[in-house]
Amino acid sequence: MTDPLPPLPGHGGTGDPVLQVRDLVKHFPVMSKGVVRRRIGDVHAVCGVSFDLYENETLGLVGESGSGKTTVSRTLLNLETATSGSVHYRGRLLTDLSRRQMRPLRRELQIVFQDPYASLDPRISVHEIVAEPLRIHGRYGPGAADEVRELLRLVGLNPEHGNRFAHEFSGGQRQRIGIARALALRPKVIVLDEPVSALDVSIQAGVLNLLMDLQSELGLSFLFVAHDLSVMRHVAGRVAVMYLGRLVEIAPARQLFARPAHPYTQALVSAIPLPDPRKERARKRITVQGDVPSPVRPPSGCRFRTRCPKFANQLTDSERTACVEQVPDLVDRGGGNPVACHYAESVQLL
Amino acid sequence: MTDPGNGNGKGKGKGIDRVVAKGEESGAVLEVDDLRVEFPTEDGTVRAVRGVGYRLERGEALGIVGESGSGKSVTALAVMGLLPGSARVRGSVRFEGTELLGMSDARLSDVRGSGIAMVFQDPMTSLNPVYTIGYQIAETLLRHNPGLGRRPARARAVELLGTVGIPSPERRVDSYPHELSGGMRQRVVIAIAIANDPDVIIADEPTTALDVTVQAQILEALETARAETGAALVLITHDLGVVAGHTDRVAVMYAGRIVETGSVEDIFYTPRMPYTLGLLGSLPRLDHEEDRLTPITGSPPSLLNLPPGCPFAPRCPMRREPCDSTEPALRPVGSDAHRSACHFADELVDTAAGEVFDAVGADTEALARFADLEDDAR
Repeated sequence: MTDPLPPLPGHGGTGDPVLQVRDLVKHFPVMSKGVVRRRIGDVHAVCGVSFDLYENETLGLVGESGSGKTTVSRTLLNLETATSGSVHYRGRLLTDLSRRQMRPLRRELQIVFQDPYASLDPRISVHEIVAEPLRIHGRYGPGAADEVRELLRLVGLNPEHGNRFAHEFSGGQRQRIGIARALALRPKVIVLDEPVSALDVSIQAGVLNLLMDLQSELGLSFLFVAHDLSVMRHVAGRVAVMYLGRLVEIAPARQLFARPAHPYTQALVSAIPLPDPRKERARKRITVQGDVPSPVRPPSGCRFRTRCPKFANQLTDSERTACVEQVPDLVDRGGGNPVACHYAESVQLL
Repeated sequence: MTDPGNGNGKGKGKGIDRVVAKGEESGAVLEVDDLRVEFPTEDGTVRAVRGVGYRLERGEALGIVGESGSGKSVTALAVMGLLPGSARVRGSVRFEGTELLGMSDARLSDVRGSGIAMVFQDPMTSLNPVYTIGYQIAETLLRHNPGLGRRPARARAVELLGTVGIPSPERRVDSYPHELSGGMRQRVVIAIAIANDPDVIIADEPTTALDVTVQAQILEALETARAETGAALVLITHDLGVVAGHTDRVAVMYAGRIVETGSVEDIFYTPRMPYTLGLLGSLPRLDHEEDRLTPITGSPPSLLNLPPGCPFAPRCPMRREPCDSTEPALRPVGSDAHRSACHFADELVDTAAGEVFDAVGADTEALARFADLEDDAR
């Protein structure tokens, strides 16, 4: 096993990094229509994303649709081949591995998908769904049936129901089955791709509690991908914010929500409605205009500038030149955490 | 104003005057009484709505919250007369005093749009993909004002697109729905909804399909649209945050009934129904840190064969006699406006969610065993 890379400075996080992502790029080709299909462009889904996931932590990756957060999580596990850049797991380079070479590592790197309806095989029993990873990795020996029952109990399901099929369970229970399956091989890292966004709030809370217990008691590392900032704040120790394929800010959750420094983070925090009528009506807001631009032709320089309230209202023409011409690096600009904005400035919004 | 057709004449007035004029009128614009909706299926009768009643004052905003399957959308569709023919609808829905249930489809079409307008969740399915958005807005205008003429209708369409915040509306008016983003499409749907100056807008999860930054824009557009028309709003959503910021009163639905109703302050600060309390305790908050969430265990009941008693009882930590035998009525708690359907609503005075619900997580014994095995494996 090779030595791990040096951790990224200023990103926070303690202990040893388990997953190290450096300058990760993933482009998808856009093909022309017709009989002869030619490549006419690229969807710039992920463009130079770097972060470390530490042992025993939950790192949140938050962004709106099209921000590339799901592509990051899939490329990370080699479910998509990276266009360039690297992912190291405990010092071992993953991005070069073939599917076969990757297989033994899948034991340690698991994923829970968003849609609990699509991610479980409808034709086999729940017991078989949870046992499948054990069989694939040749670990379904004597006692494995008990292990599966124990896994079901662990995630809050009745082990007597193992012979039932996925469709007999509610959405929340199905997501628990998905979690049991991910835990079966005793992984070190679990990527959770929007694990609760399909669930009603009263059900969602139970799954969140379960995940937090599993993370802290078993010392797992979670990459928690979600669009819901309130959920993020609750589960994540550190949060990375993505916009149009790039990380724009990364900070400990408490700091990120108390004093966001990137105008996009500020807009996101402002846009979340608070379930408190008095606060909600009295709060200060930073709103953005328009929609996310196409990732096929992302804006030059800072990708957020086309919607940035600071760019539109506060900057002088000469200041704007930097936004248009230079891609802002994700570095500490005096606020204590890395921010990818030439004119970052912490604002208290809550 | 018993004939909804009369509503057309006011379409030409300007926003501000109308708001004042409407403020002077009093009384309910929409009254729903003991609404019941049943769907016969092969497995039996699904009782989707089981006696819902509310009263919407002029210009007021009522939020209806509930989780999937609580009957909130079916209630709205029943009010609009948009349920399939197989649905059995009983009770009463009165718009400005006129009974809508049982009204012929032709007459109902006069009310829809000019009296009550609806904004659906998915703007792609509520817009017609083969016509320009300008054409679709004009069509709505001409349906209720046949004498308006194509050209003025188009001019009004441009004006409406501007109102809901579509940039360069004179250019966008000739766009097709697929050329617009989800947020822009939803603005078009709102423009169509306010085109004939309705008295009531029913918005069913209008921002659920959208990203949060766009959601904030759409809610703002909806507020602008309401200010322009003075319309009352029924906002149906599962998002308690959206309700907190945009409505005056709230009705919480569970298993086809309203289980608690009151002012937004009543519902958010002094809930008196365990389900409402549980919902609030389940919410992760952006504005403060909570140690643990307190989920509601179990899942909502099937509306196919609902047992007697309180439908929330199987999930309720306060359950005892007579919860399993008698379904509680919605009765006043504290003020007359604040009502709760719980036998033990009085016990919830000054009670936090954590005092009633457990912060259930992983099974601790199973977790300990699993962690031990983990250590052995190393």
